Amino acid sequence: MAEEKVKGGAFLLESPKLEEVFVPEEFTEEQRMFAKTAEDFVKNEVAPKSDEIEAKNDELHVQLFKQAGELGLLMTDIPEKYGGLGLDKISSMLVQEKVSSGQGSFSVTITDHTGIATLPIVYFGTEEQRQKYLPLLATGELIGSYALTETNAGSDAMGIKTKAVLSGDGKHYILNGSKQFVTNAGFADICIVYAKVDGEHHAAFILDLKSEGVTLGPEEHKMGIRGSSTRAVFLDNVKVPAENLLGEVGKGHLIAFNVLNIGRYKLGVACTGASKAALGEAVRYANQRFQFGVPISSFGMIKEKLADMVTKTYVLESAVYRTAGFIDALFSQLDYDDPEFGKKAMDAVAEYATECSIIKIFGSEVLDFVVDETVQIFGGYGYTEEYPAERFYRDSRINRIFEGTNEINRLLIPGMLMRKAMKGELALLPAAQKLAKEVMTLMPLALLGSGPLAQEELAVEMARKVALIVAGLAAQKYKEALKDQQMLLARMADIIIELYAMESALLRTRKVLEKKGEDKARHHVAMTQLYVAQAFPRVAQLAQEALAAIEKGDMLKANLSVLRKLTRWYTPVALVDLKTMVADKLIEEEKYWVC
Amino acid sequence: MKVVVFCKSVPDTETRVKLKDNRLDKSEIKYILNPYDEFAVEEAVRMKEAGKVDEVVAISMGPERAREALRSALAIGADRGILIKDDVLDGSDTYVTAKVLVKALEKDGAEYGMLLFGQQAIDGDTWHVPGQVAEMLGLPQAGSIIKLEVDPDAGKAVANRLVEGGEEVHEMSLPCVVTCRKGLNEPRYPSLPNIMKAKRKPIQDYSIADLDLSPEEVGKAGSFTEVLSYSLPPKKEAGRKVEGEPEEVVQALVKFLKEEIKVI
Ligand SMILES: Cc1cc2nc3c(=O)[nH]c(=O)nc-3n(C[C@H](O)[C@H](O)[C@H](O)COP(=O)(O)OP(=O)(O)OC[C@H]3O[C@@H](n4cnc5c(N)ncnc54)[C@H](O)[C@@H]3O)c2cc1C
Ligand SMILES: Cc1cc2nc3c(=O)[nH]c(=O)nc-3n(C[C@H](O)[C@H](O)[C@H](O)COP(=O)(O)OP(=O)(O)OC[C@H]3O[C@@H](n4cnc5c(N)ncnc54)[C@H](O)[C@@H]3O)c2cc1C
Repeated sequence: MAEEKVKGGAFLLESPKLEEVFVPEEFTEEQRMFAKTAEDFVKNEVAPKSDEIEAKNDELHVQLFKQAGELGLLMTDIPEKYGGLGLDKISSMLVQEKVSSGQGSFSVTITDHTGIATLPIVYFGTEEQRQKYLPLLATGELIGSYALTETNAGSDAMGIKTKAVLSGDGKHYILNGSKQFVTNAGFADICIVYAKVDGEHHAAFILDLKSEGVTLGPEEHKMGIRGSSTRAVFLDNVKVPAENLLGEVGKGHLIAFNVLNIGRYKLGVACTGASKAALGEAVRYANQRFQFGVPISSFGMIKEKLADMVTKTYVLESAVYRTAGFIDALFSQLDYDDPEFGKKAMDAVAEYATECSIIKIFGSEVLDFVVDETVQIFGGYGYTEEYPAERFYRDSRINRIFEGTNEINRLLIPGMLMRKAMKGELALLPAAQKLAKEVMTLMPLALLGSGPLAQEELAVEMARKVALIVAGLAAQKYKEALKDQQMLLARMADIIIELYAMESALLRTRKVLEKKGEDKARHHVAMTQLYVAQAFPRVAQLAQEALAAIEKGDMLKANLSVLRKLTRWYTPVALVDLKTMVADKLIEEEKYWVC
Repeated sequence: MKVVVFCKSVPDTETRVKLKDNRLDKSEIKYILNPYDEFAVEEAVRMKEAGKVDEVVAISMGPERAREALRSALAIGADRGILIKDDVLDGSDTYVTAKVLVKALEKDGAEYGMLLFGQQAIDGDTWHVPGQVAEMLGLPQAGSIIKLEVDPDAGKAVANRLVEGGEEVHEMSLPCVVTCRKGLNEPRYPSLPNIMKAKRKPIQDYSIADLDLSPEEVGKAGSFTEVLSYSLPPKKEAGRKVEGEPEEVVQALVKFLKEEIKVI
């Protein structure tokens, strides 16, 4: 049965079946109700207090956090058996999106708590650990945090120096070291802390932050999410009960990395919520602000910005929920009582690690684009603290840095796919070799279908071939040494990200077309065409640069001619008409209306 | 004691109304529980939590989507729902609506202590239905209340209404009708666990036949009023600024009033 499920990375080989793809238009009534509670709570209770939160009113921040707990917003991923709701992943991600739809600092506090701070216990905790901590984390009575980073071990997380030594009587581990940039540290009760047992073997521990020997550094003065807490945690001979060891000694790094996969994915979901919020502010302002006697939203250049913002948000949303559907399909087969649960959960998360990294990068970069244009639409007022644009702009920036920088995630994407290919889990190289032969006789336009998205479907198919060809040639040329070709890897990653993004929008729009017909789906169609119009030429450009990094001379020329064949057939769409249509709809609705 | 809350499914407050062939274009509208009905549900659930009421029943008449409004009421804390749904109800006016709601009430069993309504539906906005129901049943009623005290043992309720310059206090015998407005309470956000519980609470469906009504008694046929057409308010046009010396401005203004809009 596992064979039948869509597999992580499989999008590089073929398009999934439409019925296997989840689209936001399929949210159930109950899921919409969950979303409404989260959205209303943030809109009415949290966002109006944004200034106080940003001024570091921790008491208020914690009080709102506990209120979120009472509403059940913290318990979506915790099994019912441990006081949670054990919701499907689609519901839980939808709640995450809405929780992140207005106040960046509050969003980070909650996302950190429900994600990287709670999930290690859900997946890797013993029965006793789960019983002890999860019910309290579910309600928000306990606040969680996660400490991996150290001053000399950021991206290089394997290089942590914090040391754990088992006491003579075997009852405690004694921890020494210092952790940097711990989110929630200022108000958290517990912390998942990573250390090396005897300075060698990675391990994770559940640390009570009130333990003797724990001290905190001062709050960091940050560019954004200023209301969130980020402090160093110093450990000086801290006694952690032996039963608080999470998982096995020697496997701590696996916990750290697997949990980060989910953390990355959740971050992309949070960016979707924030993009929609910023977009809403931008379009409302554009409608209210008059210059030259008319609202600025009537100017073509402002319309173009609005159209690009909503298009990218639509594509991101499509990619996010497509991935939620995959992850949910795997998780719904798991049983928390299974003694092998931790390992299976780890495998399930690892299966879609590539997609998680894609969502992290794409989400944080879409949000950065959206907040940047939001500032621009607000003009001079966008540069002042009086208006929300400035805060959105500052708050967005961290997303490209934490949970693995976008550089690290760009390295991971081709790295993980290649590893899957080497292990035989993903038939990348045979497919690349087969394609290399086929491509000689391939005539893209002969494959052009019919319907409103015929050209976009073909573009996605050709982008997939481009990705495969580049990956195949790169692997062939550099073999093991490919990992040192960072500039090439970055281009491979970007081609793959664009492929996933374009395809997610395409699949969603095709589903909406089937269900609602051409007229009702016309904005979906337009946004898909617009995104492909931007991404497909970009894929061609990236591929050209990648090929030039692989071969030179005649070989390069031959490779480039194949690339041209795969990409040159594309006819530009009527950009101005499409953008005007999409912008006009947004201007009329004054918010992200699609879902 | 059982209390009944009347719940209407209405377009979301953020909806941009569009017209199509002289009718509301409902294709892209999202529906919610009428916000005024939320006050009514909240009040009823609080009475239950205070031990004054045993059961809170939510009733709605409307198409299938009205089930979602009922689910919202159940998620706030109502115990069960009743949905009156029938194609022949299309075009019913407020009189028919009240008549059908009364029938459903009778069908469910007559022993209720109080009927709670929103003061107005944000779409139809007639404020008719609660008064009509009270009249049909011969019950006392207090409209647009901001405070409510119920004493089931004594069989009475005291309700405060906001009026010009002060408050009006009504004492009514039970059963009675009240309509609710902002200020009465702060409706809670349905928590996620309660939303899940709501899914398991029963909703009874009734057709017109189940209520012993014939098609002629409902819909357009049974109504006294009919909506003939809809129109959107005229588009706000950008203002025009008259500039210059005072005399020029006055002259321009008078010319505008006389010649362009012809009011003087
Ligand atoms: C507000 C905030 C909250 C945080 N919360 C937490 C938390 O709760 N828990 C926690 O454990 N950590 C947390 N962090 C730490 C965060 O995850 C790290 O800052 C991040 O992983 C980067 O590490 P670094 O800062 O040491 O940067 P470095 O690793 O020094 O990176 C500097 C630059 O070099 C690049 N780089 C590094 N290695 C490579 C490479 N191999 N190839 C190419 N480029 C490379 C990076 O991409 C980056 O651009 C938080 C950080 C901030 C700012
Ligand atoms: C053109 C037209 C078409 C219609 N089509 C249908 C139809 O297809 N199916 C159908 O069922 N009805 C239909 N109706 C009836 C309509 O849905 C309203 O219920 C009725 O007109 C109430 O008027 P109002 O909105 O002004 O409510 P108000 O009198 O302002 O509402 C006050 C309070 O009365 C209660 N209330 C009002 N309406 C209802 C209700 N329907 N259910 C429960 N409580 C309620 C609520 O507590 C509300 O807060 C139609 C009405 C019109 C005018």
